[in-house]
Amino acid sequence: MTRTDVLKDDSQQRQKDLIGGYFTRLANAPKTGHKTVATFVPGNLTELISCFDAIPILPEINALQSGMRKLSGNYITEAERQGHSEDVCTYVKCDIGMFEGGNIGPTGEALPKPDLLLLSYTGCFTFMKWFELLREKYGTPSVMLHVPYQGQGEVTPEMRKYVVEQLERVVIPALEHTTGRKFDIDLLREKLAWSSKAEDDLVKVWESAKHRPSPIDGYFGGVYYIGPIFTAFRGTQEGAEYYALLRSEIEQRIREGRGPVTPEGEMKEEKFRLVVEGPPNWTHFRDFWKMFTDEGAVVVASTYTKVGGLYDRGFRHDPKDPLGTLADYCMGCYTNHSLPNRVDLISKYIEEYSADGFLINSVKSCASFSAGQLMILREVEKRTGRTGAFIESDLVDPRYFSAANIKNRIESYLQMLEQKRSSVAGAAR
Amino acid sequence: MTRSPEQIAADCESIYYDLEFKPARDWKAAEPGRKVVGFVPVFCPREVISAAGALAMSIVGAGDWLEVIRGDAYYQSYLCHIPRSIVELAVSNRLDFVDGMLFPSTCDVIRNLSGMWQMLKPGSFVRYVDVPQNYEPEIGGRFWEGELRILAAEIGKLTGVAVTDDSLRESIRIWNENRAAVDEMYLLRRDRPDLAPTSEVYVVLRAGNVMDPASHTKLIREYIATARTSKRAAVDSSRVVIVGAFCEQPPLALIKTIERSGCFIVDDDFLLVSRWYTAPVAETGDPFKALANAFVKHTIPTAVMYSPKTGRGGALIERVKTARAEGVIFAAPSFCTPALLDQPMLVDGLEKAGIPYTAFKYAENTGQFQPIREQTGTFADTMKLWSAV
Repeated sequence: MTRTDVLKDDSQQRQKDLIGGYFTRLANAPKTGHKTVATFVPGNLTELISCFDAIPILPEINALQSGMRKLSGNYITEAERQGHSEDVCTYVKCDIGMFEGGNIGPTGEALPKPDLLLLSYTGCFTFMKWFELLREKYGTPSVMLHVPYQGQGEVTPEMRKYVVEQLERVVIPALEHTTGRKFDIDLLREKLAWSSKAEDDLVKVWESAKHRPSPIDGYFGGVYYIGPIFTAFRGTQEGAEYYALLRSEIEQRIREGRGPVTPEGEMKEEKFRLVVEGPPNWTHFRDFWKMFTDEGAVVVASTYTKVGGLYDRGFRHDPKDPLGTLADYCMGCYTNHSLPNRVDLISKYIEEYSADGFLINSVKSCASFSAGQLMILREVEKRTGRTGAFIESDLVDPRYFSAANIKNRIESYLQMLEQKRSSVAGAAR
Repeated sequence: MTRSPEQIAADCESIYYDLEFKPARDWKAAEPGRKVVGFVPVFCPREVISAAGALAMSIVGAGDWLEVIRGDAYYQSYLCHIPRSIVELAVSNRLDFVDGMLFPSTCDVIRNLSGMWQMLKPGSFVRYVDVPQNYEPEIGGRFWEGELRILAAEIGKLTGVAVTDDSLRESIRIWNENRAAVDEMYLLRRDRPDLAPTSEVYVVLRAGNVMDPASHTKLIREYIATARTSKRAAVDSSRVVIVGAFCEQPPLALIKTIERSGCFIVDDDFLLVSRWYTAPVAETGDPFKALANAFVKHTIPTAVMYSPKTGRGGALIERVKTARAEGVIFAAPSFCTPALLDQPMLVDGLEKAGIPYTAFKYAENTGQFQPIREQTGTFADTMKLWSAV
């Protein structure tokens, strides 16, 4: 099989069509008269934005798309040439470099400048500076939705009230002003009902990895699954239909006892079950994935796929409380959780998904994820008794992906897991 | 006996180098039951801590005189230095006398340090302080007022001294006096940097990290009085504003290096909590509302706070003008996301306004100053020799 000749399920094709259609719709927004609203994936208010018939722009998605298309390196270099530090988030620099290069999206069409920068300030300090920088570039107004962090490990009534008040008195008026449309809360309820349905199905997909063999890869494959729900398709019928289709395919795979689909074909033998913490590297995504599949390692659960919502821990968008549920959603995204909560979640994943071990991919760009990960490693090891692995790379800076080092570490780690397994089996005999 | 400004600075320098935090330990030991609540940069509502009878102790890392060994084991190489040294202080038991810790919403590293602390010191008083990024009094102000009330109740429980409206008003008054003294010291330095050089002003300011506010105010007043009348040789240096050093602090030797290279530092953002409000906090009425109003209306412009309007460089240009500075030195800690992401916007503003600048990065344990001396010296010479003015 060649590198370009990859297996695709119906749902994968559907996902590709959805995302491609979204980018085309976005590129055509100036012609169709749709307003565009830039916002971030964690805490995104897609249902609310679409209530105003506006199209969201997700700069992180643009950046990771650029990374996967091998364009990010030049974009980052351009931003650094303009004075952006080598020390800061490469998503930001990629986005700025992309802007300077004509803002060409993944479909090869120029993306419009946003009409509003909706700063959903959830779980990442960089977001704030990112939109301040874009505001200087685009001359577009910005509106802040400050989402308090779960520093004490919980959402308090005061935090919830604060977010709801901002939605009512700051965000919705800004969207009304930008689009010229009045807010319709019943329309929001309708969209939230579609969200909830899609979330139900997505959770079933995540939980399918509890089976042996796992029918999915919950990290590398998982980032494709989250594509629609993290971008423009939460709160839509087509989004809900995609997740229903995906779920039915996965359930069929379980019945047939099949492993996950990977770019190299279907995984035939599941040797290792892993939990992964941290975002993937996008510039060498397929190479990175192959390092796992070559060794028969499947990721049964990951934290990165929860940055846009921890649906598997019970959260669902609730049409009965439209603004309250949006507040809960924003505050519940993975990176908005305290470190002890993150340790707790990873430990539970390891137990619930019967993982052999866990791996942390620590990315240079993202302090929100990375600061404290060495402590997370130790705490999870202590709590679960499983040994963890730690590798370093970056989101979209190709200079920080050292394939040989990473492969070496992964292989060594898996060999160690194998040895441990053999010793336990030997002792049992 | 009256101390000279050099003597005061030397005494403060010994506090600066003291990683056992003796003044804070002494304060605690002076009366049974006293508590110390530590906080890390950038901001903390110190008034609430004092109103609960505790010492608000600012912990800004361990500089360049503590070898960080275990702290490094907690952080990857691409993260800034200050959390490493703070962790080192904790795991080496230097902070064992501290009864509680507050971690403000400065950046993701400090934010996550709050969670690390909860795991490092299980059962201890640790709180993340999420300040509002919405500045509407009825939204962000009300949220912050609520957070302050919760914080006051929790710290009061820790100290056994309930925070009352009266005790908080008195605390606000004491901290207003402290800020007024700090402002006056900064004004003296701005107007006569030859009499009050930053290498002295900084250590006097920093001594307040481990002192009660009233004693610190007295110290500052003493320094101002004696510095103002001191006889020092006139020096012709270039006037500069230092930007970006609001969290991880530069080593004192770096500040001295900049001065020795021919620069008067006439404004800076060191230890920003000591100058957080641009106006005094109201000393009458509901004190929680007063603090909340001060925060949403009078917070000093800084990279860690959201700027709702374009023209990020505007506030810096105003500072340059007010300080009658000739140029700006961007001195940001390596890997400091707020400072380094802010910098291009500030640079853009300076370029449009024709204000010269130079930039370098440092870490709190930077030990090589010669390249910086050459850079800032050249910058100072350039402004003096080739400035259009």
